[in-house]
Amino acid sequence: MEKFTNLTGVAAPMPLVNIDTDMIIPKQFLKTVQRTGLVKNLFDEMRYDDQGNEIPDFVLNQPAYRQAQILVTGENFGCGSSREHAPWALADFGIRAIIAPSYADIFYNNCFKNGMLPIVLPQDQVDVLMEDARKGENARIAIDLESQTVTSADGQVFAFQIDPFTKHCLLNGLDDVGLTLEKVSAIDAFENAAAQARPWI
Amino acid sequence: MPKTLYDKIWDAHVVHEDSDGTCLLYIDRHLVHEVTSPQAFEGLRLAGRTVRAPDKTIAVPDHNVPTTPDRENGIENPESRIQVETLDRNAQEFGVNYYPVHDVRQGIVHIVGPEQGWTLPGMTVVCGDSHTATHGAFGALAHGIGTSEVEHVLATQTLIQKKSKNMKVEITGSLPPGVTAKDITLSVIGATGTAGGTGHVIEYCGQAIEELSMEGRMTVCNMAIEGGARAGLIAPDQKTFDYVKGRPHAPKGAQWDAALAWWTTLKSDEGAHWDKVVTLKAEEIAPVVTWGTSPEDVLPITGHVPDPESFSGGKVGAARRALDYMGLQPGTRLTDIEIDTVFIGSCTNGRIEDLRAAAEILKGRKIAVKRAMVVPGSGLVRAQAEEEGLAQIFIDAGFEWRLAGCSMCLAMNPDQLAPGERCAATSNRNFEGRQGRGGRTHLMSPAMAAAAAITGRLTDIRELAPQPA
Repeated sequence: MEKFTNLTGVAAPMPLVNIDTDMIIPKQFLKTVQRTGLVKNLFDEMRYDDQGNEIPDFVLNQPAYRQAQILVTGENFGCGSSREHAPWALADFGIRAIIAPSYADIFYNNCFKNGMLPIVLPQDQVDVLMEDARKGENARIAIDLESQTVTSADGQVFAFQIDPFTKHCLLNGLDDVGLTLEKVSAIDAFENAAAQARPWI
Repeated sequence: MPKTLYDKIWDAHVVHEDSDGTCLLYIDRHLVHEVTSPQAFEGLRLAGRTVRAPDKTIAVPDHNVPTTPDRENGIENPESRIQVETLDRNAQEFGVNYYPVHDVRQGIVHIVGPEQGWTLPGMTVVCGDSHTATHGAFGALAHGIGTSEVEHVLATQTLIQKKSKNMKVEITGSLPPGVTAKDITLSVIGATGTAGGTGHVIEYCGQAIEELSMEGRMTVCNMAIEGGARAGLIAPDQKTFDYVKGRPHAPKGAQWDAALAWWTTLKSDEGAHWDKVVTLKAEEIAPVVTWGTSPEDVLPITGHVPDPESFSGGKVGAARRALDYMGLQPGTRLTDIEIDTVFIGSCTNGRIEDLRAAAEILKGRKIAVKRAMVVPGSGLVRAQAEEEGLAQIFIDAGFEWRLAGCSMCLAMNPDQLAPGERCAATSNRNFEGRQGRGGRTHLMSPAMAAAAAITGRLTDIRELAPQPA
């Protein structure tokens, strides 16, 4: 997995609440058996018209945001399905971090498995960063995972929380499966005990 | 210390706990479908790993499969076909339990699991699908996971988890006539919002929940995810045990007795701690429909399309966008909204009881919409409905009688809405484009969807004239 340490970049503003996974990557594009190649259909229905032409008003179609690495957005981002295609598509575009007041649970977890950092900040701080995002190239946002801070373009520093284990994995690009397999003897022991206690399973 | 049902199931499955509370949780059942698993199996293959517990892994194609009778000739869409064929191949290569497209037991993974007795009380159940919450109806801790986690469970039969908070949703009293499990679950989301359950596992309880059938309880738990919760749970009782008993993979003989002895302890203790409590009175729940593009956009059928300005914060913009997408004006009576299409099915409402409820309304009547379809949740539900004469009622009314699959709930197969088409649906999501690009979805119960099919507009089931003799 790709490491995440720090990032300074352009943030794209998407001030909508409840952006769901069907908006992020509509289901007709889930028919792939690969993790990559989803970028062209990221936010498909917001990004293209019925003829497949780009809608110029959509934020990621604007020249200032084509290289955006951060998304600043509204509460409950990523609600809906469990499709990991949503973070895959965002990562494929180049988005490495998201800043929002809250996320849907499964989406939030899925981000970390892909070297992406979803940051939770209170609405008033998100509002400050949303203003930065609206300025495009003129207001870069800095994220530092080690110190757990986001710094706005004019130097305001906002601290965020992250679970220590998740942070450790992200900083070092660690693969969950490999880590868990180090505990295989504990899994064996649990399985044996459970086979005695609940043999019907 | 008194424990909740969630605490008890959690404690029984912790393999390892780190000092920061991160746990390795054992998974009893892993359900797999064709859309979220190919990359996970490929990951195993690349790392030279195997499936740790193929006997606890159950795979079935459901999202992509066509529901028309010609599907036995193969799947026309090449990408869909590749996904289903990939699952065929992976199931065989890794030796997991499998119900292929042509098997009568095939169906929506969340209907097949309980139907085959794979889902049992007290289990941990996961699937790369958010509606895994359905299995909570059995008092199982069940939730959706992403593809990386699917790979993790395949390889290790465990999941890295932090414990969620406990939330109690109590529905007191009895449901009035015409009000169903779907109205309960939508009303809860309407009351708490789509993020109301975030970070929590919900236990649904109270008289109205106890009075629901297992099918109804599955409908309630199914939409726990739309309320933002990690999972929804209902304590198992005699109805649960009666439903489970005799199913192909349910325990038998002495094992049944041992299982039952444990299952009867699976309830929240008196005095257990709840981080959040929500109480609704069943008597105050009406048949509901959604008007917008989020499941929280729900109102009693007697209501009117709301004015976006009546909301606050980010919801004002979201509601404006929703009304624009839905082609609705504030103040319109919900019962004046005309519809083109009716969809009855999905893991929310594709079980036999749902089909019975819809058929009861449709008996001796004709549809007044362009298109109406019933998609049974599994091949066995379909067979039972045919045996009970329900299929003929649907066909006589003008419905298309389809084969099992997810179908128009998410429209990954050819069952889709055209742009601007308006659908009365028994599924779980009314997101933009969910049932097809530009399609407009109103969520409701099977009986309400059937009523809408007859009148051609959203209809209060309680106001529907009696059936012709």
